[in-house]
Amino acid sequence: MSHRPCVELLWWEGCPSTEKALVLLREAMAAEGLDPDAVTMREVPTADDAERERFVGSPTIRVGGREVAPAQDEPVGLACRVYRLRDGRVSPTPDPRDIRDAIRSASQ
Amino acid sequence: MNIGDTAPPFDLPATDGTAQGPGATPTAVVFTCNHCPYALAWHERLLDVARDYGGRGVHVLFVNSNDAERYPRDSFEAMRERVEAEGGWPAPYLHDESQEVARGFGAKTTPDVFVLDEDGVLRYRGAPDADHNDPSRGAAWLRGALDAVLEGRDPEPAQTEPTGCSVKWSQ
Repeated sequence: MSHRPCVELLWWEGCPSTEKALVLLREAMAAEGLDPDAVTMREVPTADDAERERFVGSPTIRVGGREVAPAQDEPVGLACRVYRLRDGRVSPTPDPRDIRDAIRSASQ
Repeated sequence: MNIGDTAPPFDLPATDGTAQGPGATPTAVVFTCNHCPYALAWHERLLDVARDYGGRGVHVLFVNSNDAERYPRDSFEAMRERVEAEGGWPAPYLHDESQEVARGFGAKTTPDVFVLDEDGVLRYRGAPDADHNDPSRGAAWLRGALDAVLEGRDPEPAQTEPTGCSVKWSQ
């Protein structure tokens, strides 16, 4: 039996990639049979908030409490997050396949 | 700074131990940094521009103005380490510790590209090309602006929206 995991998008206003990340996330949710509007948007406005959230950069997507692309030795703080797409390119947003895989895994 | 304005002169320390700024040649001043995904995504394209236009009399300057206290990955030492780790760059990487150059140019993001003609007049300002995620774009806006300046024409477009991480100002 599948269940609906909590899907969160943590963002900081200093990065312009939030909107793109939300589009990718909603597409992945729709593709996996979830309500694409059921995203909890959480702003991380201060360095203290970043510390509390263990926030390593914007955007950060968590599904069922787990990162869709776990950070590799990234320092906590207010910054734009660096992702690697599956073809090796650097990107401000996660690979869409990583988002879908995380949703699928959390839904099982 | 608006198109047609004269850029403020500067002389900043480079990771190779020299001090550099715009001279009497066309110059591309690229505000960038070590950790922004947009700057990193465009990085190879910008290095290619430095390689391709260096022989045509164009001076490319990479400038890091981010506050290194809050962002240690943008410290002068980290800049030196990065250039060394990448086997050297075809253009100098300058440290704008006081952030005066970024303020003088009105830089907003990393990257933010400014093309000056041989008189130091701003002829293009904006993004390297239309899509950080598409290497095939090849920094076309920047290349087009440099071609225009070298040929005595007005760049088209002369201005695009800079896209990237905000410059990290000191607080």
